[in-house]
Amino acid sequence: MSLLAVKDLHANVGEEDGQEILKGLNLQIQAGEVHAIMGPNGSGKSTLANVLSGRPGYTVTRGTLSLANEDLSHLEPHERAQAGLFLAFQYPVEIPGVSNMEFLKASTDSLAKAHNAEQPDAAGFIRQVRTLAESLDLDPQFLKRGVNEGFSGGEKKRNEILQLLLLNPKMAILDETDSGLDIDALKVVAEGVNRYRSADNGVLLITHYQRLLDYIVPDVVHVLADGQIIQSGDKNLALELEAKGYTWLT
Amino acid sequence: MSQPSVDDLVAARREYSAGFVTDVEADTLPPGLNEDVIRFISARKDEPEWLTEWRLQAYRQWQEMSEPDWPHLHYPKVNFQDISYYSAPKSQTDGPRSLEEVDPELLRTYEKLGIPLHEQAALAGVVPDPEQPSSNVAVDVVFDSVSIATTFKQKLADAGVIFCPISEAVKSHPDLVKKYLGSVVPQKDNFYAGLNSAVFSDGSFVYIPKGVRCPMELSTYFRINERNTGQFERTLIIADAGSHVSYLEGCTAPMRDENQLHAAVVELVALEDAEIKYSTVQNWYPGDENGRGGIYNFVTKRGLCAGARAKISWTQVETGSAITWKYPSVVLRGDDSVGEFYSVALTNNRQQADTGTKMIHMGKNTRSTIVAKGISAGRSDSSYRGLVRVSPTAANARNFTQCDSLLIGDLCGAHTFPYIENKNNTAIIEHEASTSKVSDDQLFACQQRGIDTEKAVSMIVNGFCKEVFRELPMEFAVEAGKLLEVSLEGAVG
Repeated sequence: MSLLAVKDLHANVGEEDGQEILKGLNLQIQAGEVHAIMGPNGSGKSTLANVLSGRPGYTVTRGTLSLANEDLSHLEPHERAQAGLFLAFQYPVEIPGVSNMEFLKASTDSLAKAHNAEQPDAAGFIRQVRTLAESLDLDPQFLKRGVNEGFSGGEKKRNEILQLLLLNPKMAILDETDSGLDIDALKVVAEGVNRYRSADNGVLLITHYQRLLDYIVPDVVHVLADGQIIQSGDKNLALELEAKGYTWLT
Repeated sequence: MSQPSVDDLVAARREYSAGFVTDVEADTLPPGLNEDVIRFISARKDEPEWLTEWRLQAYRQWQEMSEPDWPHLHYPKVNFQDISYYSAPKSQTDGPRSLEEVDPELLRTYEKLGIPLHEQAALAGVVPDPEQPSSNVAVDVVFDSVSIATTFKQKLADAGVIFCPISEAVKSHPDLVKKYLGSVVPQKDNFYAGLNSAVFSDGSFVYIPKGVRCPMELSTYFRINERNTGQFERTLIIADAGSHVSYLEGCTAPMRDENQLHAAVVELVALEDAEIKYSTVQNWYPGDENGRGGIYNFVTKRGLCAGARAKISWTQVETGSAITWKYPSVVLRGDDSVGEFYSVALTNNRQQADTGTKMIHMGKNTRSTIVAKGISAGRSDSSYRGLVRVSPTAANARNFTQCDSLLIGDLCGAHTFPYIENKNNTAIIEHEASTSKVSDDQLFACQQRGIDTEKAVSMIVNGFCKEVFRELPMEFAVEAGKLLEVSLEGAVG
């Protein structure tokens, strides 16, 4: 049984009659695996992340997607999150006035509630978050600031990784989390993802550059072009792409 | 003395309500307004002649006035001859008999707000059934309010605080009422204040003696008792030199009310070194989602810092009413006096609000702060209207204004009308304004972390209102947050 199973996925941007971006995409990720999806601009990488997480503005016209055997296609975005799907954003959004700590607590509480689990007590929760923040080189003061409000690009991405480690989802999708990071920040992010990896969860890395894969070693590398996966291989495929570009495949 | 038993109370209640019904029938006037109506109101209240004359004078001036046409509000004109200007406090015999008969939607809202069961019954206007006292929730309410009121009254009396209906104060403290009534909001101040002066029903009177710090927030009491003050409420609060009082008006629970037009007047007087903090949570019926029904709330609220170093602070959370026209203001006459206005005005569906403040600087070194947060959702329209006036006498006056609007959806409107009149070049006046929108990206970011849209909107809106909420008394700050959440239901998605 796959952890994430995507079969013959077709999706349009906008409504039913919108432009088709994903054109019969198949993807199976087993628990414990890290997959990387690479591909040229406009191949549908970010659309895939958005469609999997249920972002408004897309219509699935055909195919199925499921997480741990749960059909996701009819779930609201927050229900997909509650089912264990996590998306680290390419451009994390600012939410002024809502403190980071408040946001993390609301998120943790919502997930706990969805699983009929007990909500963590406030004091223990704050300690846990502070420890995590320090391990990611984030000043604990940032927890009091508005979500991503005035954060640098690197801080925003590290904040996404903080959320990943705190919420510990079944399946993490990282949408170009490496873009705009200097090498030190990239290492911190990669260390975070490696800490998250376990035999029970899965990771889908969407990336433009091979660089990230030096630090997070994937089990499988896919090439996405024109809405379909046209090639899959091991980590060496990424190196080959780096050297030759995409044109030899398409 | 032994406590009266529940049976005694029920028996007393039975007698009272029986006598009451007959009274009501004789006590309601047909619609219409003329001098005879005003004389009748004054006579029913057993008022002294000076007050009858005062009302009549107000009425004559009111007839010469016209409704303000400058607000950014659209609604059918009110026919003032269609209103009945006197009905004795409603006995509510036609109200629901028990909570089972109350509109379930209303109860659902109460539950979300976390209102205790016995207060729910009181708020929904449940009529106690004297035949079945044991099963009746409302009996508890009577019991509660009697005992709570008694405890409160004793504590206040010990401190020398006068706190009673204004109709009672007219008789028990005529000198104070005569001296201060209309001293801050004159009869002819504006159309609605004029009407109120002519026909005011009842309201609160508070006097805090020199140097006294009021021993309690004048709030909890109202949760249960501030009903039936009528549609033309009149409140007068006087804080004598060096005294301090915090007063909370209203309630987070939606109030059942048959009157469409409300025109209240609130006057505050703070003498030397006195401080008045006045907080309002207004949640009257806003009308349905298509804008049918709903209260018109045309209120005049003003405070006078009469002495040096006096301070008056208004905090308001406005979520109810179909139309809100309201500008709680401070006249800073005493040197070094301070005026504050903290406001959250939320409109949803077809609600309209034109609200803000006036800070009138007259004394030297007077300071004022305005923080206004407007939230518009649905097809609603929200306007901030604020005046900062610095008189030639107000050397070194300072004002800081911050005015923020938050839009939810694409069909609502937010407007800002700031007026600054400065006649003293030593004044420093600052104005900051912003408009933002709850974006789809923000909502999706919250949803992607498991937080549903409704919770996400309420979290974002609460964050936006933080600066105002922290001015509210503690227990109300929490309720206000919940109130926004309930008021925004259906605003997204």
